[in-house]
Amino acid sequence: MNNSFIQINNISKYFKEVKAVDDVSFEIKEGEFFSLLGPSGCGKTTLLRLLAGFEYPTNGNLLIDGTDITALPPDKRPTNMVFQNYAIFPHLNVEKNIQFGLRKLGLSNDEIVNRVKDVLSLVKLEGYEERFSNQLSGGQRQRVALARALVRQPKVLLLDEPLGALDKKLRDEMQLELRTLQKNIGITFVFVTHDQQEAISMSDRVAVMNDGKIQQLSAPNELYKNPKNIFVSDFIGETNFLKAETKSSDGEYINISIEGLGEFKIKNNLNIAANSSDVVCSIRPESMMISKVKSDWDICLDAKITQTSYLGEMTRFYVQAKGINKTITVSSQHFDNKSFENNECFISISLEDISLLNKK
Amino acid sequence: MIGFWKKIYAKHDSVKAYSLLSPALILIILAMVVPMALMLSFSMFTQVNMMEIDYTFTFQRYIDFFQKNLLVTLLIKSIKISFLVTLITLITAYPVCYYIAFYVKKNKMLWLVLLTLPFWTSYLLRVFSWKIILGTKGVINSSLINAGILNEPLTFLMYSETAVVITLTHAWAAFALLPLYVSLEKIDFSFIEAGRDLGLSRFEVFWKITFPLSLPGVIGAILIIFIPTVGDYVTPALLGGTDGRMLSNMIQAYFGKINNIPLGAASATIMLTTVVFITIIVSNVTKKLTQRLT
Amino acid sequence: MNEKNNTLLIYTLLYFGFLYVPVLFLPIFSFNDANYMSFPLAGFTTEHYEEMWSKRNLHKALWASIKVGVVASVISTTIALFAAKAFARYKFRGQKISYGGIMMPFLIPEIILAVAILIIWINLGFKLGLVPVTIGHTLFCTPFAMLILIARIEGFDFSLEEASRDLGENAWGTFFRVSFPLYLPGIVAALLLSFIISFDEFILAFFLTGSDATLPMYMWGQMRFVQKLPHVLALGAVIIVFTTFIVLLAFWLRNVGQGKVKKDIAVKL
Repeated sequence: MNNSFIQINNISKYFKEVKAVDDVSFEIKEGEFFSLLGPSGCGKTTLLRLLAGFEYPTNGNLLIDGTDITALPPDKRPTNMVFQNYAIFPHLNVEKNIQFGLRKLGLSNDEIVNRVKDVLSLVKLEGYEERFSNQLSGGQRQRVALARALVRQPKVLLLDEPLGALDKKLRDEMQLELRTLQKNIGITFVFVTHDQQEAISMSDRVAVMNDGKIQQLSAPNELYKNPKNIFVSDFIGETNFLKAETKSSDGEYINISIEGLGEFKIKNNLNIAANSSDVVCSIRPESMMISKVKSDWDICLDAKITQTSYLGEMTRFYVQAKGINKTITVSSQHFDNKSFENNECFISISLEDISLLNKK
Repeated sequence: MIGFWKKIYAKHDSVKAYSLLSPALILIILAMVVPMALMLSFSMFTQVNMMEIDYTFTFQRYIDFFQKNLLVTLLIKSIKISFLVTLITLITAYPVCYYIAFYVKKNKMLWLVLLTLPFWTSYLLRVFSWKIILGTKGVINSSLINAGILNEPLTFLMYSETAVVITLTHAWAAFALLPLYVSLEKIDFSFIEAGRDLGLSRFEVFWKITFPLSLPGVIGAILIIFIPTVGDYVTPALLGGTDGRMLSNMIQAYFGKINNIPLGAASATIMLTTVVFITIIVSNVTKKLTQRLT
Repeated sequence: MNEKNNTLLIYTLLYFGFLYVPVLFLPIFSFNDANYMSFPLAGFTTEHYEEMWSKRNLHKALWASIKVGVVASVISTTIALFAAKAFARYKFRGQKISYGGIMMPFLIPEIILAVAILIIWINLGFKLGLVPVTIGHTLFCTPFAMLILIARIEGFDFSLEEASRDLGENAWGTFFRVSFPLYLPGIVAALLLSFIISFDEFILAFFLTGSDATLPMYMWGQMRFVQKLPHVLALGAVIIVFTTFIVLLAFWLRNVGQGKVKKDIAVKL
């Protein structure tokens, strides 16, 4: 496996004064399912379009499999794209759409027929050859777009929020299917999405983007457990931020004082400076425990439930804890809103679930 | 080197846009801008005799224009006729567009196509058909005489300013209908309902909500009717007689039998600048008036 | 939506009458067996139509109009297609000024365009004739064609073109395999309407043709003579039927593939 199959070197893209992509560098491995995740306007789509060749970078260069593609037009690149709205040619039927990109490859007629047949069975669209775009459902269109791109056997498949237009149930199905497909054919996928759950569940690695920069690039579970900064912590999943100050540090561990909770010694994974007030603590709602009786966890607080919302598989509690000037969110699968008398409860936190982050 | 240009082309939207626009811009420059600039310079020359032109620059043609009572009168009359035509076309077309935009539910496009269809038949023929109607032996007169209501044909119908105004109102209807309809169609009907809900009468709703929102269409119609009709030639020539003659008929004569190209060019220049100037004033006044209404 | 409004409906129908009735007098009198256009009608005849076969000048003028119309509509639609694409696809500096400039011939009185082209043409030492008329008509038709095409291209999904580039087609291939087929109804509509505009145009032709008359000029010449009027009426009636057909076809085409409106029109026409 080639560990630097796609190289993105100091890429910037400015639209007038707006820095859509700002000096970004990273590498994507061969055969990897790689996601670009971020809110709208973060630069993820621009980065994908730079890879596809619809935009040219202001600075930097791009390499795929060792070849510099920075100045190549889209039709000369070893990439193919699945568009957000699928861009199925409305004047051509499914078969013609899929054949569209084969003409320039110099294949024999037999080969074309075989490839189309194979790809149709790959995306489970046999029997739909004669249909036109307006006779297909959203899910089917998505499959046609996928087939049309895959039939060219690209080195890299680019996907621009391909699941965004589908309803929830279909989206979940397609997530699984896309993942299986990618593992089976083994080509590199670069997937753009604003949906963190989608990125986390499908990808080998995820790059979280904001303001044109990569905030964190790591495996999905790392993103969740060890967010590198306040943006990633906030964007991935839900969290509670608490005011904190760092005290003395002995390298691996650091002493911190958290508002309303007191002083603790926790692991300093991110090498945060000692004696700083420019830090916050992040605690995930589901890492805390809510109970009727006091527990023996590292921290246990008296609290009052101010509001609850029932979410089906879990209940979310909004609580006011003693000494903390802010509503805290706690989720639990074991209680519902009727379990507590007078809304009184205890909130327990384990020290290893507290992440310390720089404010900036 | 080719790579460099390719890169420039690929990188800049403006470069792509202007390379697509270049044929149109070249056409406009060569067939309109340059000829009109030349017309402007000819308006500063002097016609010596039938064949010769003196190419020394002079503003004498413009002085000539304003010293000839006939030309000034014709200019004023042309503007007056255009003004009347614009006003009448707008007032008569507005209710029709209002009806189609707010009351017609099905096949709005069909109504619109039918409204604009007569516009596509030859301008000359449409003007000519009014000659059939208004003529001394035309439809109106022959019918009235046959019915015994008249003994003599009504002569004022033909070869008059009235004839020119009626005909032009008919001929330019489409240019009011289309912009008015487009701007009325864009108005969200809930604005009108909200107006009623907030206690305005139907009349107030119209003047405070509907009309101001349709203003772009009104201004658009003023622009595309007032300017071109000032320069109309066919209608006054066929129906105007001496009473309904307009400046264009004189301009044509300067390029034709009178053969005074510089004075013709000066008249054309004066006509265009005056009408553009008046249009700017009229549309601004309309805007201001509407602002005061609301 | 509003309930009914009968006053406005009646007014609208009257307005339709005002638009249509004058034009309808031409075909009515073209079948009238008399030289004067007055009531009562004198009897039915097709003689005025038969007369058209024998008029050699008419045939010459018709041929001249067709030549000018075809050339002017093809050139102006081509130019307008590029321009429409630029306006619908890109944002660029000077966009408004360029748009205004290209729309100008639509606004400026035709007589001024005619006079300006006349002056430059004579001073370049060229002879008047169908060539300057064609240039004038191309200038005059371009804004119309551009308006029609912009309306078509504006609703166009440009990711289709990107998809084509992505699938290995170059810029030309993309134009011929994707854009052109999808713009086609709009292009044909623009061609037809530009042809009609050129075919009916009088002023530019009047100033610029010299001795080669176009059809409107031929009619203009005949309108002066009472005894020749009936066959002008017959000719006019034919032209009206012909333009109506072409315009309806163009409107239908313009709406093909544009959602609901398309069905609306297609069913009704």
